[in-house]
Amino acid sequence: MVKKEIKSILATDCGSTTTKAILIERQDNGVYRLSTRGEAPTTVEAPFEDVTRGVLNSVKEIEEIRGRKLLDEDKIITPQEGEIGVDIYISTSSAGGGLQMMVAGLVKAMSAESAERAALGAGAIVMDIIAANDGRLAHEKISRIRHLRPDMILLSGGTDRGNIKTVVELSELVKAANPQPRLGMNYKLPVIYAGNKKAAGEVVKNLNEISDLSVVPNLRPTLESENLDPARDKIHDLFMEHVMAQAPGYKKLMAMTDAPIMPTPGAVGHIMQVIAKNEDITVVGVDIGGATTDIFSVFKDLETKVPVFNRTVSANLGMSYSISNVLAEATLPNIQRWVPFEIDEVDLRNRIGNKMIRPTTIPQSLEELKLEQAIAREALRLSFKQHKSFAVGLKGVQKERTISDAFEQTSSGVTLVDMMDLDLMVGSGGVLSHAPKRNQAAKMMIDAFLPEGVTQIAVDSIFMMPHLGVLASVNEHAATEVFNKDCLIRLGTCIAPVGKGKIGKDYVNVKMDLPDGTKFDKTMKYGELLLVKAPYEAISALITPVGRKVDVGSGPGEAVKTEVFGGSVGVIIDARGRRPFVIPEDPKERVEKLQEWSKAIEEYDEN
Amino acid sequence: MAHAYVPGLKVVPNTTVKKARQLPLKGEILKKVGEKVKATDEVAKTHLPGNIVPTNIANKLNIEPADIKDFMKKSEGDSISKGEIIAQTDGIFGFFKSTVHSPIDGTLDSFSHITGQAILREKPIPVAINAYVNGVVDEIISDEGVVVKTQAAFIQGIFGIGGERRGELKIITDGENSPIEEKMIDESCKDKIIVGGSFLTHSAFQKAIKVGAKGIVVGGFNYNDIKKIIGYDIGVAITGQEDIKTTLILTEGFGKIHMAKQTFNLLKKHEGDIASINGATQIRAGVIRPEVIIPVKPDAKKASENQEILGMDIGTEVRIIRAPYFGMIGTVTGLPHKLQKLESGSFARVAKIKINEANKEALLPRANLEMIENK
Repeated sequence: MVKKEIKSILATDCGSTTTKAILIERQDNGVYRLSTRGEAPTTVEAPFEDVTRGVLNSVKEIEEIRGRKLLDEDKIITPQEGEIGVDIYISTSSAGGGLQMMVAGLVKAMSAESAERAALGAGAIVMDIIAANDGRLAHEKISRIRHLRPDMILLSGGTDRGNIKTVVELSELVKAANPQPRLGMNYKLPVIYAGNKKAAGEVVKNLNEISDLSVVPNLRPTLESENLDPARDKIHDLFMEHVMAQAPGYKKLMAMTDAPIMPTPGAVGHIMQVIAKNEDITVVGVDIGGATTDIFSVFKDLETKVPVFNRTVSANLGMSYSISNVLAEATLPNIQRWVPFEIDEVDLRNRIGNKMIRPTTIPQSLEELKLEQAIAREALRLSFKQHKSFAVGLKGVQKERTISDAFEQTSSGVTLVDMMDLDLMVGSGGVLSHAPKRNQAAKMMIDAFLPEGVTQIAVDSIFMMPHLGVLASVNEHAATEVFNKDCLIRLGTCIAPVGKGKIGKDYVNVKMDLPDGTKFDKTMKYGELLLVKAPYEAISALITPVGRKVDVGSGPGEAVKTEVFGGSVGVIIDARGRRPFVIPEDPKERVEKLQEWSKAIEEYDEN
Repeated sequence: MAHAYVPGLKVVPNTTVKKARQLPLKGEILKKVGEKVKATDEVAKTHLPGNIVPTNIANKLNIEPADIKDFMKKSEGDSISKGEIIAQTDGIFGFFKSTVHSPIDGTLDSFSHITGQAILREKPIPVAINAYVNGVVDEIISDEGVVVKTQAAFIQGIFGIGGERRGELKIITDGENSPIEEKMIDESCKDKIIVGGSFLTHSAFQKAIKVGAKGIVVGGFNYNDIKKIIGYDIGVAITGQEDIKTTLILTEGFGKIHMAKQTFNLLKKHEGDIASINGATQIRAGVIRPEVIIPVKPDAKKASENQEILGMDIGTEVRIIRAPYFGMIGTVTGLPHKLQKLESGSFARVAKIKINEANKEALLPRANLEMIENK
């Protein structure tokens, strides 16, 4: 399949909202470079209900822009002959929207809640929680299961020495409902059983015929312990294998490609791990889409110091299909705190609602852009919060709860995500990759993730990490070349001290030998933000906190001598403080402060 | 020719509509292919398993769960009547017996010697589905239901809440630009499907529910007010099961937006006719839009079935679906190839649109345009 002399590669990524195509061509000097990109709305909806329409439309755009024939009616021409066609066509896909699950457990506050945690951790939207004691009559539950048409059901219930009968009853309810999958009628709905192991036999009897049943270890083996990993892993597997593969037209797409279609998050995760490995660094990556937001991280294990890769899918946080859910979860005040002008609350809610029901629209005015970027900050912040609670200790170690906190249900485990230890943040997805100015992408990531100490920031130039992730599986050489030259845009470095300060008082001193030969030396006051423009080159820097409680990475009050990198944005000194990071609550004061910070970063080109 | 794919909503005066009518469980089909059906006719029926009533026998009799079998007066699968003894202890010399009476009519499903609990099941619940629209049975879905075919005016909304309703169409605003206000709604709206123009106020919606209107079809509604009506935020657009008596269908979106003139005119043309509506919306893959179906006489010339939808072209009528011209109707006058810079700073493919209402021409991102499908 892999040819030696590949001249051109066409790659598409079918997102839930937009299908993005890129054309990679080998230059005369033998180097692979990005040549053209095109995009079109994803066509999983009526009237087409065929993902390949969007693919062909996006390729057609490349044809028009590049002025090269790639399509023969509805076929991609391979291999390349002269100036016609391409040598390889590959694709990733996340079409089909997010993962919509229904979970069931015995007791609402116990096993049903554990099941919910497992599903949420795996990135699902939990459509409903069915519990034996949820107050609804059995026929109401049956009707609910049938109507919602979930992508998957997670059935739990009973500790391993506990109730069998009621767990079996729950499986009878599911059997009675005989739920049909949301997409495609020709496959059985995936159901995961993660309850009392002694009930597994009966559950299998009930559900084996009507569903694609998987049995995994009990997620609540005893009252005091929770073991969510097997259920989470199974959810991830089934999402990739079943749900995504049912997006309309997917089978046709599989026949068109020269390599197996990779799920978008899988491809992006692959590239993130390559970055971490090649540069021996800690990385946080984000891919914010229309329906879902994926967060990836590579941090070292607290005990073994072995790099651990983690990925979460926040299936209910995205910029179009799920945008109203961002509003519901973040609440309006949290979104408003990022809007740099006064806006009527009803108007803001209507705009968000309209984006939800017309998910493929784009902001035309600057005001609309600022609103979308405000919402994006909250979607990113919430997704990251979810990631931090998921990216904990090593797998296989059960998270013990004591009897006393078995009733509190607080999040367990210590997070691996240490912001002070973070070396690089990489942003991807429409709202970050397509931000009209890179400064906007940098500021969104800083505001949402609140990096601490010294952290480099990069974005995927035009959202091509998924394409390169799958390309690496076919031609690693081409993938690496394009990745380094065209994909990753180094934005710069954020220097952010941690610790409280007083507004207007000296907070941190930064000295840098800039690449143009000038010496930078400035003491920043608490609450200030500053952009120092510098290209992507190593810059020697001395960062000295003012005051004994301020930390920039070497401990409170200690100076840090390090190398920082500029980039297409530059070095951002963020003296707004961390733990806590505060935005004024008074609306007038808040707008003034947001505008001041925005100007400091040259976020928008306004007169 | 530069076509652009832009999804649109159907507003069709005369078309063939097929509706699948499926039972929640397998059951009996009551109609045959080719049979004429009225909207209210039952087309399929079944029995849902009865409600489950768990009763802890061991606790009530103060015995060990393991001993439950010795005290049960009924076996698994036996019929039980309300008040009938289902378990009893022997007592002392025949006195001081502890007894458990059945709280329901139904069957004893099972009892557990682990939990001491008996599962009682009420009698099966009969469930039937109706045809939803007047028409003809086109197809039988084996053991599950039928497909009803009808000739109808068909209008898709953009968002709705509430399920299937049926009623007479009643236009209560002057035109597509006027909002529905509380004072316009009175007892005459009972059992009607109210049609209005640009906006529905929260108080008007409440009044419509109060007087017993079957549904409302209107251009816009405040997103914020949905929570006030149904009690919770809609995070992702999956609706249809809301517990409201009056179904709401928005044809344009959230906020004050004129109903598209042709949508309003089509509804007005059918004032007094019986319409079937459904607010169920699902904006994900496998999209479901809310709908208004008004059966009409077949019109061979006008009827359009499986018509191919072409892309946007010069002369195509479009609806602008994002600020700053949100809700306005225009005509495509140009489709430039090159990406254009928008005010937001982004580059996008645009279309030149003559906006009738604003009496001007503007370059708008193609992604912010929606074709009006009226064929």
